[in-house]
Amino acid sequence: MAVDINQIQEKIHVIIYAYPGEKRYILAMMQDLQKICNYLPREGLELIAEHTGVAFSEIYSLATFYKAFSLVPRGKYNIKVCDGTACHIKGSAVIIDQVFNSLGIKPGETTEDGLFSLETVNCLGACAIAPVLMVNEKIYPKVSSSGLLDIIKAYGGHVHENGKS
Amino acid sequence: MKTENHKFRKILVCCGTGCLANGSMDVFQALKENLGPDSGIAVETYVKATGCNGWCEQGPLVKIMPDDITYCHVKASDVKEVIEKTIKNGELIKRLLYRDPQSKKRFKSHHEIDFYKKQHKIALRHIGEIDPASIGDYLSCGGYQALQKAVGMQAAEILTQILNSGLRGRGGAGFSTGLKWQSCARQENSPKYVICNGDEGDPGAFMDRSIMEGDPHTVIEGMIICALAIGAEKGFIYVRDEYALAIQNLKQALADARSFGYLGDDIMGRDFFFDIEIIRGGGAFVCGEETALIASIEGNIGEPRDKYVFPTEKGLWGKPTVINNVETWANIPVIILEGAENFASIGTDHSKGTKVFSLVGKVMNTGLVEVPMGTTLREIIYDIGGGILKGRQFKAVQTGGPSGGCIPAELLDLPVDFESLAAAGSMMGSGGLIVMDDRTCMVEVARYYLNFLAGESCGKCVPCREGIRRMLEILTRICEGQGKEGDLELLEELGETLQIASLCALGKTAPNPVLSTIRYFRDEYLAHIREHRCPAGVCRKLTEFYIDPELCNGCGLCKKNCPVNAISGEKKEPHVISQELCIRCGDCINNCPFLAVKVK
Repeated sequence: MAVDINQIQEKIHVIIYAYPGEKRYILAMMQDLQKICNYLPREGLELIAEHTGVAFSEIYSLATFYKAFSLVPRGKYNIKVCDGTACHIKGSAVIIDQVFNSLGIKPGETTEDGLFSLETVNCLGACAIAPVLMVNEKIYPKVSSSGLLDIIKAYGGHVHENGKS
Repeated sequence: MKTENHKFRKILVCCGTGCLANGSMDVFQALKENLGPDSGIAVETYVKATGCNGWCEQGPLVKIMPDDITYCHVKASDVKEVIEKTIKNGELIKRLLYRDPQSKKRFKSHHEIDFYKKQHKIALRHIGEIDPASIGDYLSCGGYQALQKAVGMQAAEILTQILNSGLRGRGGAGFSTGLKWQSCARQENSPKYVICNGDEGDPGAFMDRSIMEGDPHTVIEGMIICALAIGAEKGFIYVRDEYALAIQNLKQALADARSFGYLGDDIMGRDFFFDIEIIRGGGAFVCGEETALIASIEGNIGEPRDKYVFPTEKGLWGKPTVINNVETWANIPVIILEGAENFASIGTDHSKGTKVFSLVGKVMNTGLVEVPMGTTLREIIYDIGGGILKGRQFKAVQTGGPSGGCIPAELLDLPVDFESLAAAGSMMGSGGLIVMDDRTCMVEVARYYLNFLAGESCGKCVPCREGIRRMLEILTRICEGQGKEGDLELLEELGETLQIASLCALGKTAPNPVLSTIRYFRDEYLAHIREHRCPAGVCRKLTEFYIDPELCNGCGLCKKNCPVNAISGEKKEPHVISQELCIRCGDCINNCPFLAVKVK
């Protein structure tokens, strides 16, 4: 779900100019931008280059190096399945497959209606309640294959019978 | 059962991430609402949200003082009963007390329970007892007294104390903290910097998160003491992007420390200025490597550099820098206040003090555990951890995260310290202890770690960038049934190359999970390669589940929960799995109460 750039042009400006125009604040600028826009719009990155004097190619390098950032809009509901070791041995790979079976998206992708996107994260630090997933800020403990289907339905997702598409 | 009828009660609700995910905030709110000023209860009550108690398995946890009651699995719907019975009348609610699965006995206080009894808390000493957002709480349990003492000491004295304590870095490398500080103090270049590495990236580890969330002031106090000793004016706490609550609590703690005069100008009456800034990480495991972290603070991508010159000499912006892990910082105030000898009296000859472990995986009591160095793996996993879940068999314990190795059952009596773990082909690392059972495939675990590292490699050096990828290709083939003779030898050869030639520890230690699993579980690899069979039933192309008709009593649990309706059978008759429909998700074998579902 792309955000209307014209509407938030001013907002982007405020976010970026809240920091001094120095290289070391670029990471923080990008984090604030990601939070508000749900991705890093090109216009935002160009403004960062302008404000800090750092070459656009280097800004691009930073934006693609760190996993917190997305250059394409994330879904309204961003599903983060934890694939940390504890979650992994308790079946997170199965959960990731189930998301594909139900919604047709792989990690890094967004559904066509812009409702859901999927990411795997490396450890949410909630290992004792593995396997864990987050939908936006909400954490779901001890998720099972059938539990996942309930979660998706709760957010208005359409799931095929038998969990298979 | 009654305890005394006290005039006041302090109620501590665990609001660490684990308990929060299980609904502890609802419990906290319900308590606050029902114990408000209009509640009409004669007892004076204080409800506090604390950091992680460590026993995430039993959460949400609620402790009631001074009765010293610990209630487990508390729900918001239990709150009215807790207030009526326990708060008003001092009565115990038995069903909320912890019940030992073996003895069936119920325990009133967490002090009586093995999980806590056998621990020795230094880094975690305050967590679960105080409200992390309250500097008042920190002060009332001795907070900033170490700083008070340090301010009256000579810099050299402080350095000697840290050196004599024997404290070694808790982030993984285990380098002598005292030597690191001394080396930086000697430098004449300025300004100097103090950094806290809170970029806890090892999957399965959450020790640092709990400390930053649950007791942020202990980290801050440790850093101020270091700044005093080495002559620094600016500090940074680099926190992983995913740790929102930790960032929030650290921000609050810094603001409070400033208003109380522990940060800023003229700290505690000395001509000493120091302040700390929080940097949020961007989601990159490699930024846990100290030179990559420094590059990241500078505004560059997190690429490590070669360390023929250490950060203590040329670190952040080329200046002398001390960078230590969160848990290392948490130990500093205790060493200064209680003295080096006290700290050095705990642990083994070369590994002093305690270590916090995140005990997770297929173990009964998952959570955070702090024990003296030298405690054996068996004691941690069985005495504290309560043994393996669901009566399954122990297979291995993975220590040290993606840099570590898997330790088999034969070595369960290994004492946990830096040298012993390294000799077994693993390492201490940051403290992740992932317990694995017979349903874990060691080949797949090796593949998993390499897949993780392939995504996290910064790409700067060839051995890591290309080597991990090639090793991953081989392991993926093996897991899909396309392993060849010679694969294991090739993996060993590649592994050796990475260990020798990689630029930083990410690449150098990347082969460890592979090499240690080949060392101890070679047969499992050979089953995959030669027999196209995954004995643990994990690698889906090499797995077939079936139900043993001798053990199946037709309870129907598997059939009910199968996400693809692949199981058929009449009530009380042995059930059958359809191999065409089965997607190998493992829900049936994981949940069968009779262990009737098996791997072919």
